Amino acid sequence: MAHFTKATSVKDWLNQRLAVEKVEKVMASEYWIPKNINFLWAMGMVLAITFALLLVSGIFLLMYYQPHVDLAFDSVNYTIMREVDFGWLWRNIHGVAASVVFLVIYIHMFTGIYYGSYKKGREMIWISGMLLFVTFSAEAFSGYMLPWGQMSYWAGMVITNIFSLGGLHMDGLVEWIRGDYVPAQAFLSRFFMLHVLLLPLAIMGLIGLHFAALRIPHVNNQDGEEIDFDAESKKYLAGDKAGSKVMRFANDFMSKDMMVVGIFLIFFFYLVFYNYSFALDPVNFDPADMLKTPAHIYPEWYFLWSYEILRPFSVNIGLIAFGFAQVIFVLLPWLDRSPNAVPASRRGAFSVWFWLLLIDMIVLTAMGKLPPEGIFSTIGLVAALAFIVLWIALPFITMNEKKV
Amino acid sequence: MKNKEPLILVVVVAFTLLTYWLVEPYAHSVMHKHVESENFAYADLAPISKTGNVANGKELTMGAGGCTGCHSITKEGVPAGMDPVTAAGAYGVNPPDLSEAGVVYDAKFLADLIKNPAHALKVEHKFDAAKGQMHPMVAFYGAGGDIDQEVADMVAYLQSIAVTKEQLTPKMAYENACGRCHEMRYENWTQIGEKPSFKFEKDSLAFDIQVLEYQESLTKYMGKLPPDLSMYIRSRNEHFLSTFIENPQAHLEGTAMPRVGVTADTAHKVIEHMADSGDTKRDERASVGMNVMWYILIFAIFAFLWKRSVWKELH
Amino acid sequence: MHNSSRRGFMGKAFGAVAGVGAVGSLVAMKKSWDPLPSVKAAGFTTLDMTIYPEGELITEKWRGKPIFVLKKTAEMIASQTESQKARSVIVGGSEFMIAIGLCTHLGCIPSYSATEKSFLCACHGGMFNWAGEVTKVPPPRAFDIPPFKIEGNNMILGEVGPEFQAMKDSGITL
Repeated sequence: MAHFTKATSVKDWLNQRLAVEKVEKVMASEYWIPKNINFLWAMGMVLAITFALLLVSGIFLLMYYQPHVDLAFDSVNYTIMREVDFGWLWRNIHGVAASVVFLVIYIHMFTGIYYGSYKKGREMIWISGMLLFVTFSAEAFSGYMLPWGQMSYWAGMVITNIFSLGGLHMDGLVEWIRGDYVPAQAFLSRFFMLHVLLLPLAIMGLIGLHFAALRIPHVNNQDGEEIDFDAESKKYLAGDKAGSKVMRFANDFMSKDMMVVGIFLIFFFYLVFYNYSFALDPVNFDPADMLKTPAHIYPEWYFLWSYEILRPFSVNIGLIAFGFAQVIFVLLPWLDRSPNAVPASRRGAFSVWFWLLLIDMIVLTAMGKLPPEGIFSTIGLVAALAFIVLWIALPFITMNEKKV
Repeated sequence: MKNKEPLILVVVVAFTLLTYWLVEPYAHSVMHKHVESENFAYADLAPISKTGNVANGKELTMGAGGCTGCHSITKEGVPAGMDPVTAAGAYGVNPPDLSEAGVVYDAKFLADLIKNPAHALKVEHKFDAAKGQMHPMVAFYGAGGDIDQEVADMVAYLQSIAVTKEQLTPKMAYENACGRCHEMRYENWTQIGEKPSFKFEKDSLAFDIQVLEYQESLTKYMGKLPPDLSMYIRSRNEHFLSTFIENPQAHLEGTAMPRVGVTADTAHKVIEHMADSGDTKRDERASVGMNVMWYILIFAIFAFLWKRSVWKELH
Repeated sequence: MHNSSRRGFMGKAFGAVAGVGAVGSLVAMKKSWDPLPSVKAAGFTTLDMTIYPEGELITEKWRGKPIFVLKKTAEMIASQTESQKARSVIVGGSEFMIAIGLCTHLGCIPSYSATEKSFLCACHGGMFNWAGEVTKVPPPRAFDIPPFKIEGNNMILGEVGPEFQAMKDSGITL
């Protein structure tokens, strides 16, 4: 049995029971981060802050929201927006953060791709990150159902229909997911449950896994340099702070994180107060009407690229392409055959591949929103094919890459 | 080593803005037809050439003009012939009270409406006299004198009894120009007026049934029930609302909604009333927004200063 | 040695028992997500087929879905192709186009233009002719026909009658 002595201070008392000093060292002051990084490395912290904003604003929305098909729309637009003090603020924060969190996720993802941060023992970071992307997508979609406006209803109809899996005609599966023949009360209540309980739990668990996956391989750096963390940290602790290649997570790196967070929040609150309609679509301020499809149905901007991969093909091929787009990113650590874990700029053909992929996804995003007519259909089809070709070409491009 | 951060920031911001521009301003400009405002000039209607005589106008309105057969003028002590539900059963929609018509509607529009309702309202596709589809409002064919003078007199009379432009509130503008077809639940407004608070549930239900009966007649008349406008300030933008009110046909060809012929001032007030229903916290948002922006700027400056002091030792 | 293998066996046996429980609870979870009996029971609608005017599209409701009913005009009947004729439902001597009014692509409601005699889906631009056949992709197939049973001049949606079974067997609808 552990031996306890009379505590000399509150800190000592806690130390004996919770080893707080040790925990603080492991988590912060002796958690070593390379110095050779840029502000893109702060996106993790930006995401954590945005998630916190979503959680807090969500708690306050939850207190007045009513998950009932007859009440949901009014509980949001009347009760929360008109009656609850600062209810409008929570809603704007929640809606804008839900959209902006995806922007930061995409920046975070493309940073990882650019610097090769999914290789050499960092595969689990990548996989857990992609799982987070999937759960965040599900969280975003389920949340989008809750105001029960026209876009909620029709997005719910279109997306759940995907589960009939085209030519397989699995209508039973669609009805099972909905709990009804069409999105109705059962559908709204279960998506409410998913949004406020099951998916947030999964997200929090996955965030833990994502952080844990980072400990052993350590954070990557701007040049893909392999750093001897033991030697460099000794140097730091011996007092050569300037000469060491690493720094403490707190306060060294944390202070920079907070600086980036500060700048991010200026941008974020500008959107919350002055430019929120991109995240709170006007069409969703019309109550759900099952007999009237809106003139244009489009998902939120962050789903547009994968939606556009589904759209230009006949239904079965579209679904296969869509499925391909959903899983292919997870396989990146194995599709990239090169052992080089350095920035794309030093990897020749891979660099071209990276920028083409980025531009192709932006084109897909734009075409996913534009009406599928004329030239837009053609561009969309070409971009969707280009996406597939790019991923198929990746192993061949990287196989012959010279060792740096 | 050279600091690459400014370049990286430029790349990130450029791609973000490009994506934003493509999916928001550009995509919406492609998806939605742009209708230019005509500033409520109603250029297709002839101007009133005669100077109206109020006294004569009153006589015509109450007598030979036949207006009070269907319309009430409560201000002048002329009651409605029927209650709203019965009136809607007879005409499809309850004919408006004319007390404030002179300030709510454009004078040219009123003059044209009196002479040719379907033309002024732009619903000739629905009411074609040649096919025997008569508009429920009977046209005025003159009381024996110069018809233009008579119409000018009636318009002058309506203007003389109405409140001034300054006295017309957004709520009055909405109730006069829109409220007989469009519900506004968030402001407790039904097509037959504001719903009172009843002591007994059966009275409340009886009122609801009246509303339903009215809506049934209205649905038959319009093809579908005109939508509740509680959240229209959010689901449509101001430019859309303004140009739609000015000329519904320009946006939605063949729609059953008539051109209501309001003045620019009335349209502005109607939209303000919609904002009072669907965006009640707009002033609070602006003031809180300003304070938060100042605070967050200070937050960022302190974060920067802290970072600088911590990193001084690292280089 | 003997002891440890026995421990190993009992550990696995315990694992198996726990697994049975887990699978059992999954069955309950799956069943809890099924549509409720009241939802299923609300799935039948009876239509009086004598009230429809010729050549005008009327939208009915069944299981929350719009049902298109179009009584064919003499002109339509005269000009229809074999495949269009095969999709016809005859009740009380009149020919009808009956269909679930949802685009077979992703379930939006197409709008009918009486002048063009065709349906246009606003979601993805799919088009159908008056008989419900696709004239422009992406929809993969003609409008689905709801299960129906004819009783005199009435049609019961949700029940499977011989006429519907025949359509299903010949692959006209799903």
